[in-house]
Amino acid sequence: MLWSALNLTLGYNATLVTIGATLLGIATGISGTFLYLRKNALISDAISHATLPGLGAAFLFMTGVGLDGRNLIGLLGGSAISAALGLMIVTWLTTKTRLSQDAAIGSVLSVFFAFGVVLLTVIQALPSGRQAGLETFLLGSTAGMLFNDAVLILVLGAITTSILVLFRRPIILVSFDSTYAKTLGISPQKTDYLVLAVALAVTVIGMKIAGLILIVALLIIAPVAARFWSEKSDIIILISAIFGGLSGYLGTAISATAPGLPTGPIIVLCSFVLFLVSFLLAPRRGVLAAARSFWVFQRTVHMTQGLLLIAQNQPIYEPKTKRILQRRGFIRADGVATQAGRALAAKTLLNERRWSFWRNKMQQTGNLDESIVYSLVSIETKLTPDQIESIDRGLSEEQQERV
Amino acid sequence: MGSDFVALSLPPLLIGLCASMACALPGNFLILRKQALIGDAISHVVLPGIVVAFLVTGQVSTWPMMIGAAGAAITAVLLIELIRRVGRIESGAAMGVIFTSMFAAGVLLLEQSDTSQVHLDVEHALFGNLESLIWLDAEGWASFFQIKALAGLPVELLRMATVLLAVSAFVYIFWRPLALICFDEPYARTRGIAATALGFALVTLTAIAAVAAFDAVGSIIVIAMIICPPATARLMVNSLRSQVIYSQVLAIMATVLGYMFAGYVPLWLGFSNTLSAAGMIASMSGVFLACAALFGPHRRRNI
Amino acid sequence: MTNFALIADNGAFVEKNVDLESAALNIQGMTVSYGSEPAIYSVDFNVAIGTLTAIIGPNGAGKSTLLKAAIGIIPTVSGQVRFFGKPLSKMRHRISYVPQRASVDWDFPATVKDVVLMGLYPTIGFFKRVRPVHLDHVQSCLRKVGMQDFSDRQLGQLSGGQQQRVFLARALVQKADVYLLDEPLAGIDAATETAIISVLKDLKKSEKTVIVVHHDLSTVKDYFDHVLFINKSPIAQGRTAKIFTEENLSITYGGQLSAAKSGLAGA
Repeated sequence: MLWSALNLTLGYNATLVTIGATLLGIATGISGTFLYLRKNALISDAISHATLPGLGAAFLFMTGVGLDGRNLIGLLGGSAISAALGLMIVTWLTTKTRLSQDAAIGSVLSVFFAFGVVLLTVIQALPSGRQAGLETFLLGSTAGMLFNDAVLILVLGAITTSILVLFRRPIILVSFDSTYAKTLGISPQKTDYLVLAVALAVTVIGMKIAGLILIVALLIIAPVAARFWSEKSDIIILISAIFGGLSGYLGTAISATAPGLPTGPIIVLCSFVLFLVSFLLAPRRGVLAAARSFWVFQRTVHMTQGLLLIAQNQPIYEPKTKRILQRRGFIRADGVATQAGRALAAKTLLNERRWSFWRNKMQQTGNLDESIVYSLVSIETKLTPDQIESIDRGLSEEQQERV
Repeated sequence: MGSDFVALSLPPLLIGLCASMACALPGNFLILRKQALIGDAISHVVLPGIVVAFLVTGQVSTWPMMIGAAGAAITAVLLIELIRRVGRIESGAAMGVIFTSMFAAGVLLLEQSDTSQVHLDVEHALFGNLESLIWLDAEGWASFFQIKALAGLPVELLRMATVLLAVSAFVYIFWRPLALICFDEPYARTRGIAATALGFALVTLTAIAAVAAFDAVGSIIVIAMIICPPATARLMVNSLRSQVIYSQVLAIMATVLGYMFAGYVPLWLGFSNTLSAAGMIASMSGVFLACAALFGPHRRRNI
Repeated sequence: MTNFALIADNGAFVEKNVDLESAALNIQGMTVSYGSEPAIYSVDFNVAIGTLTAIIGPNGAGKSTLLKAAIGIIPTVSGQVRFFGKPLSKMRHRISYVPQRASVDWDFPATVKDVVLMGLYPTIGFFKRVRPVHLDHVQSCLRKVGMQDFSDRQLGQLSGGQQQRVFLARALVQKADVYLLDEPLAGIDAATETAIISVLKDLKKSEKTVIVVHHDLSTVKDYFDHVLFINKSPIAQGRTAKIFTEENLSITYGGQLSAAKSGLAGA
């Protein structure tokens, strides 16, 4: 059954939901990345929670004027308006008062949401109310998804993500260096508004499938997972889109295999699995890779420093250095160097002398790569034999001068 | 305000007061450390904590659920720190990843488990059931002096009051190091203060207050009270001590006014149903914040 | 023990080794990295008691990192730190650190007096009352930095130079023996600079040891009697008069010297 779900042959509704969820995943992955780059990931929590009063108010309004209270466009429109209001208040609190952003987000989030649920309880009490399925917006529901709903998601999702992809260069520039961006005539304020507007649109669109409590997950997890795979913003956006789409696709397929499984949470958990894999296994930034390169670095540092001390007949005080040298057979248990240790120590000292000469006497620092510590690198790997020969000549001349 | 008030309104009001104050107190320090959203994270992760407790013990009773919720909160905090430090992800995003995933897991477990015996409904989780925490044994103000009647006090009151006491004691004892780590954490470290441990203790205490309050007033009010009264006070005064005191006063005012608004105003206006007390209390704290943001004497940023 | 020792072969650049026990600060073989990116490598650093030492080097040389690692707020890959011959944990009460200004929220609800008083909190303890003697001490430290009239102002209302002076007062209130300051003179007005240097020189007169990460090459000779040149590894250290030379500067600053030199009139 899983296979047919993945194959989109499980049936009309399932296929529709799968496509919709995949598109939603891509859209949230992309817009979420921009929020993350701006270090503003949790604003999406404020957006999603602030939709609730608008949802309730829209229902009450539409019922009050005699329309169908459950009209999707109306409900989403109301949500968008109250979310926009919430966003404006967050911005206002952050810029005009001494409150920091987290306090602004948190207060808007909780107060709007509280008020929204008050409205929901009022609606519940109404004869026409009976929640009218408004509760499904909280946790999402994909049952009985209409073709029109799917089309709405498709069209709006495509529009919003295209806008972001089109404007990605100025947005990335602002995230990286907003002062410089200003000198180029790009307004950081306007790009922020653009990103927030798109995030808002995507949230409102996605509310029906994933529910507003879980849509935040889609906006945050995929970008964070993507972050582990690259340092280039363009690639992070791409990977985030892929991860988002993949979570939507897999999540819906899995939830279709068992009728009791709710779609939203499963999509989120697929997303989390992708995050976990990235966190642990990504090369360079992933935990395992980073730990390994740190240990290698630490070992090299202790080895080099220890060997140099041996070469200069000085005592080694640090226990860790002693342990590392001992394990490799360069010193004995009593701290005295072995044959192999002395040999390597002499080699290390020569390397150090050569580098020192190169840097100080030949004043070549302008050519050096500042980020590498040359003492840890064997000179034969960086310079030509001719260069090394001239260094050695210089060193022996120095030696003779001293005598 | 006679015996009806004491029996039906006073206990919920007192519980609400204790909950609001217990949440607002540590919130003062959290907002100064820019950790306000940890309240958001905590209130999302109590759900999986409670569900796991229910699955493990098979019953809906208070202590296992509270331990489950507290355990979930602490697990979340540790995982967030792990992602932050080891993954070098900024704290907001790290929080977002963990609490949304844990919440999704909680919802999944909830839907999956056999809840036919039990109804853990969403609304209770959000709003608690403050109005229903009544004291049937009371016959008026005199009941406070009758041991037999006191035994019938809702247990939530005792629990919440104890937590409020514990939180207050913590803040009182650790006032100085707390002020130091909020103002300048690296400096505090150089003075030998265990800043990480203290910060963790602060968050844990907040989690305990949140979890205790959760059952009575739901998760909505918890976030609102952790953030809004301290934020409001911050815009009104310029000393830490005053901020903390004002935050408590504002918490009390929001609770009393919110409760009245929810319970009495609709009736006065002719409606037959009351509004949710927790929802109105949270909304009221928001109104106060709005007023402070518009008119507070110290609302402006120093440049 | 690397570049430092080799240059010592020539004899011209370095002082005799300082006795470990009487060194205010002694660092041996310290390496610090961010992830596996080295920030400082194999640093040996000796500071005698009663000296006023500058740590200088180009941007990214690891000067702040060295101080932070010495005071224990960042972890090290290797290295030993001793204050007066003993480890940091036993000597904290005798060491005072003034960080770079950036780490603080300027809107924090605290007055100047509160900030300086915070410097006394670890000494007073959790519970003991703040007594008039403490407040007098706070006020006298404020007077030393010329901020005695500002004690009730909120921190964010002050200028950059005034804020820096308040943080110096906070360090003074500890009555420490070693003072570590990270770029205290960066981005402040001339009057504040004079005030701060005068305080530092007074500390030296009272046999206190002061170590400063300094950014302005043109004032090194006037302010500091000892210098450490560092660019990820130490280049030279010793008396300013002896080792503050063109050669050491060019080795330390490499290609960046012309920019650094523009502040070097009269060196």
